[in-house]
Amino acid sequence: MININNLHACVETADGEAKEIIKGLNLEIKSGEVHAIMGPNGVGKSTLSYVLSGRDGYNVTDGSVELDGVDLLKLNPEERAALGVFLAFQYPVEIPGVNMNVFLKAAVNALRKQRGENELDALGMLKLIKGKSKELGISDDMMRRTVNVGFSGGEKKRNEILQMAMLEPKFCILDETDSGLDIDAIKVVADGVNKLRSPDRSFLVITHYQRLLDYIKPDIVHVMADGKIVKTGGPELALELEEKGYAEFLKAEEQEKAA
Amino acid sequence: MAATEKTIAQVEKLSGGYDAGFYTEIESEKAPKGLNEDIIRFISAKKKEPEWMLERRLKAYYHWLKMPEPDWAKVKFTPIDYQDAYYYAAPKSMENAPDTIDDVDPKLLDTYEKLGIPLREQEMLSGVKNRSAVAVDAVFDSISVATTFKKELKKYGIIFSSLSEAIQNHPELVKKYMGSVVPYSDNKHACLNSAVFTDGSFVYVPEGVRCPMELSTYFRINEMNTGQFERTLIIADKGSYVSYLEGCTAPMHDERQLHAAIVEVIAHEDAEVKYSTVQNWYPGDFNTGAGGIYNFVTKRGLCEGRNSKISWTQVETGSAITWKYPSCILKGDNSQGEFYSVAITNGYQQADTGTKMIHIGKNTKSRIISKGISAGHSDNTYRGVVKVMPGAENARNFTVCDSLLIGNDCGAHTVPYVESRNNTATLGHEATTSKISEDQLFYCMQRGISKEEAIALIVNGFAKEVLQHLPMEFAVEAQKLVAISLEGSIG
Repeated sequence: MININNLHACVETADGEAKEIIKGLNLEIKSGEVHAIMGPNGVGKSTLSYVLSGRDGYNVTDGSVELDGVDLLKLNPEERAALGVFLAFQYPVEIPGVNMNVFLKAAVNALRKQRGENELDALGMLKLIKGKSKELGISDDMMRRTVNVGFSGGEKKRNEILQMAMLEPKFCILDETDSGLDIDAIKVVADGVNKLRSPDRSFLVITHYQRLLDYIKPDIVHVMADGKIVKTGGPELALELEEKGYAEFLKAEEQEKAA
Repeated sequence: MAATEKTIAQVEKLSGGYDAGFYTEIESEKAPKGLNEDIIRFISAKKKEPEWMLERRLKAYYHWLKMPEPDWAKVKFTPIDYQDAYYYAAPKSMENAPDTIDDVDPKLLDTYEKLGIPLREQEMLSGVKNRSAVAVDAVFDSISVATTFKKELKKYGIIFSSLSEAIQNHPELVKKYMGSVVPYSDNKHACLNSAVFTDGSFVYVPEGVRCPMELSTYFRINEMNTGQFERTLIIADKGSYVSYLEGCTAPMHDERQLHAAIVEVIAHEDAEVKYSTVQNWYPGDFNTGAGGIYNFVTKRGLCEGRNSKISWTQVETGSAITWKYPSCILKGDNSQGEFYSVAITNGYQQADTGTKMIHIGKNTKSRIISKGISAGHSDNTYRGVVKVMPGAENARNFTVCDSLLIGNDCGAHTVPYVESRNNTATLGHEATTSKISEDQLFYCMQRGISKEEAIALIVNGFAKEVLQHLPMEFAVEAQKLVAISLEGSIG
């Protein structure tokens, strides 16, 4: 599915200088797997999600990223989306005046067009939206509102999951989807994600806390520090992190390496 | 495709996708270049006008010579050389007015066809059963080419014709109403129009009649160095209703062209007039700003009677310079005025547009919703006046002015004047300025929507409040136009 090899990436700072954030990251996620990346603030987790989805201002200086053998780095964001890359935003963006229905229709049809499929008409779209929102337990009322405007934290994240369901991506990145959510809201969102798990879809779940991983059970957990993955293990790694805290965990790792 | 043609096609593509920019090769009869008394006599004679009309024109002309140019708008341009333009141009084939649409030069019909305006009634009706018909007056340079559905409308007593015909056939109405809302001395551009206006549309809806179809005028400037000075007069008698639309396009010429129009609307007791405009004159070269139309228009409505209502909706996407303030004089008690505007500027366009709401009668209400969108190197100003006269007890106004900026080289300005001389008035004003953010664009793009499409989506959302006031037939077109106007606005 996705292969990230020796990835180096820079972010443009306010003074126009390039600052390296991702420093030689390697990661392979196979079809149907759920991987979690954990790590303290500022190690480059969100940067990684932007680099993978192709945001302007995040420049790759070395390494490669391939999705099913296709070089992602050559493509612009909408082409990556058409290939099946989906990013559930940490802070979903408000678009005033644009109805959810209109937005979803634009997105679904833009992807269908890029993939050489027929565009859906209004009725077909309505059916699709109704079906998916029912599956995820999202009210029709939300569909009549404008994109993310006046949505609660929980609604915004549920909206991200709904879009994920509608666009049927291959590779989903969840960027701190649990941030700002209470336990009940986390359960609802995790439920949605679990419903979308399938043998031909992979997930990369970025989070600070083990809590989310109680509900979205990962196959593999990675620890990220200073722009790299420093440790990889099973779900038990998340528990270990939760117990020790990042500082102590990373210190112990360093000592182990030195020894 | 020959190399030159290829280049032209590419240049057209780069120039912001103005697809109405074609020129129709047609033999045309023009007045001699320049402006003087003889030219005015020439125009009046061409139109076989009665003496009183010529007198009015000459009076306006001599007043115009003394009038200063209005200088308060935030627009910059080289002074107009009034002697370097033609004031009358008409297709030769129209010299003797054709009796039926089949006698009209096919080239002219094709021109409108290409613009999506079929003029043959049966064509208009075929295949559009679910759509109500729209009656069209098609104005080509200085002359009305055809007016459709006249007979159908006559059954209701509605007069819909070119203004030239109305001067011949209904002089009493023209004499009474023309110049009653916009006097010739109003401003320099209106004064010029009063002297040299060539054609335009005339509408009269009799008492108690609800006009069964949309009426519309489609203005086309074709010739180079030619000004278009059309004049529209709409009279809605007691208890009547009419919805009227106008559309405008012009070919791409390198020279600037003047369009100075007047629109007058009169609504009597309990009458309602809804006036919608989609203005897409050639905006000038996208990269240099060369050429384009100077759109200097005076539009004003008079709510003469009690409970009358005039509503202006405009989508302004074209023109190099737009100078335009569709206004309402709320004279009748309980009368209402509305102004809904979307003004989009891109490239080197400049727009200074807004409205005047003059409250004279008691319990008069006005509502202003203005959405300005600036991109490229353009400048976009909302300028509005809300004036409450001493007798306007309980007058109410609500104004919203929102500006949206795309990129870093454009400008948005809001200049509202509010003057209340009656302390029972309630006036509200809200204004915002925002920018399309990188976050919004990336969010859309991550969902598969291209950057251009994302901008169109966001801008249409921004302008939705106004666009929804357009008649159905226009709303979809307007949304597409919004998208086209913003092509190339982000690198």
